[in-house]
Amino acid sequence: MYEKNGEKYFVVDGHMHYWNAAPDNWVPGAEQYAKGWIECFYGYHQLGPPETKWPMEKYQKYSEDDLMKDVFEDGHVDVAIFQPTYLKEWYKEGFNTTERNATMGERHPGKFVYNTRWDPRDGDVGLEMLRRNVERYGSKGCKLYTAEWNNGSRGWKLSDPGAYRYLEACQELGIKNIHVHKGPTIWPLDKDAFDVADVDHAATDFPELNFIVEHVGLPRIDDFCYMATQEPNVYAGLSVAIGAHMYIRPNFFARVMGELMFWVGEDKMTFGSDYAIWEPKWQVEGFVDWNYPDRPEFADYPKVTTATKKKILGLNAAKLYGIEVPAEFRLATDQGTPAAPGDAQLVAGA
Amino acid sequence: MTAPATSRAGGPGGSSSRASSPAAGPRDGACRLAGQAPSVPGEVPGPSGSGVSPGGGVRPRASAALAALATVRDPELDEPITSLGFVTACTVSADGDARVRLRLPTYFCAPNFAFLMVADAYDAISGVPGVRSTEVVLEDHFASDAINGGVAAQAGFAATFDGEAVSELHGLRADFLRKAVMAGTDQVCRPLLAAGASRAALLAMTLGEVPASGALDRLRQRRAELGLPAGDGAPLLIDPVTGARIAEEAVPVHLRRARLTRVSIEANGSICRGLLRHRYGSAGLGQAPEEERKAQ
Repeated sequence: MYEKNGEKYFVVDGHMHYWNAAPDNWVPGAEQYAKGWIECFYGYHQLGPPETKWPMEKYQKYSEDDLMKDVFEDGHVDVAIFQPTYLKEWYKEGFNTTERNATMGERHPGKFVYNTRWDPRDGDVGLEMLRRNVERYGSKGCKLYTAEWNNGSRGWKLSDPGAYRYLEACQELGIKNIHVHKGPTIWPLDKDAFDVADVDHAATDFPELNFIVEHVGLPRIDDFCYMATQEPNVYAGLSVAIGAHMYIRPNFFARVMGELMFWVGEDKMTFGSDYAIWEPKWQVEGFVDWNYPDRPEFADYPKVTTATKKKILGLNAAKLYGIEVPAEFRLATDQGTPAAPGDAQLVAGA
Repeated sequence: MTAPATSRAGGPGGSSSRASSPAAGPRDGACRLAGQAPSVPGEVPGPSGSGVSPGGGVRPRASAALAALATVRDPELDEPITSLGFVTACTVSADGDARVRLRLPTYFCAPNFAFLMVADAYDAISGVPGVRSTEVVLEDHFASDAINGGVAAQAGFAATFDGEAVSELHGLRADFLRKAVMAGTDQVCRPLLAAGASRAALLAMTLGEVPASGALDRLRQRRAELGLPAGDGAPLLIDPVTGARIAEEAVPVHLRRARLTRVSIEANGSICRGLLRHRYGSAGLGQAPEEERKAQ
């Protein structure tokens, strides 16, 4: 929890990791990809404040103690949601698997939510694994990474028939939240790999599931916003949006936030630090202090209030995941309903 | 804003696996990346320089080659690859052999856009008077070998990525030109709105009635590239697919989408500049100092 000026914020980190990208985990023959991947992450890391930067050695493989201190002790987070990323073609034990997350998290009861993942190209075997993970870890959410390489394939789409089998299974298994990350290398390469049209189709066809598009669809914020405004069950995951902009390019951050507030709305935005790309401490503190610059170009964006920040930092995600929020952190009755679906519509006028 | 250029000195996050001399400091990057040209620091031109050349008497040609590269845009960011800092070497030998080296913000940048930039650079350089042969090399990218080989062989995208792509990239390029038209619409309309123009006035306006500006020239050029109306009599507000004038009731959403598209492209560009700066820590050839500072 975070307290500032007498206001108390319940913080849910909706998107974070416990990865091992050290050379001992690189797949022989795929070292250049494993190395290239973590170097790419490290580039994003550089966009945070200088005093929060880590040496590469720690960045490749940080400890349980590092994570507990950075996220909970220093980072103000009450509950953190693990989002696995497998990448087993490049990392021997996977980059950040459900098992690795849970093995660590089980030593800290009540602190973590264990999301799992699936890949439609894994067929029946993958479906069985999904069932086992839900049973074992109580997963209520999945992280999907559409650009993962798998057996010669360079990616997949949520609208693929194989993916629909898995989405149906998710509904049967009680999974509520589908976190989507659109990645760059996806078949066919002649199309825009970041296109979110497949999320649109899936969100329409699976109205009982919530689709949280991570990184607010970056680098396609425009397509994402226009889709999200028409789909009541599509949410904006703010991971990377805050981390890559708020410190280094505050004016861009203000414009991105303004657009998200207009097209998506404060009830459908969730905070995620993307730890260990960035630590949550500066992001939480900076976001609570943040508002639009006092200039005419920002005047017609929806206002950001303390209630807005409470929803985004924790109350929206708590609602999506059924996390109990102590009374002192809840909103007054006239401050809206966190994560309220169903009010999405094509914005006209304005 | 800070300029944390020194924070990565000696760190492992910089120029990656395929460079032959990774010990060089960040500020030597452009020199080292100059590749086949002798790595003499004094030959690396300043931000307004014209290229590296081991021989005398060819500087004007290298300068023309760099100017040609300035016409090549990142299709996704709608900016010249020079001002983005993507060009690290551009030489033309006395015999007319041109050599260009390019770099991108990450190892995993989308291969289709990377291919377009390498292919466009190849075409631009090949069209420079006096150039006899052209080599364009994209460095430090997971698909470098495929892209460089495919462009050198003039193989086209589908053949270069056989089995992973089914067609050429014209559709992709057009999709992003349409985004550039939307973003450009905001660039032209926002000052007009700030000066008090009503939405109805914008709807009635033709391109010829808009006060001259760089943004207007750019918008006209992008529209012309798509085959959309771009003359003086063409409406300012058009659908970027059909070219038809926007209907009155759709103007508010159209202007909102124009701004959204601009914010999206510029936010993307901001991240790309930041990543490139921290990956290499050096300005690109033909990149003005104020362009590089945008990454800070």
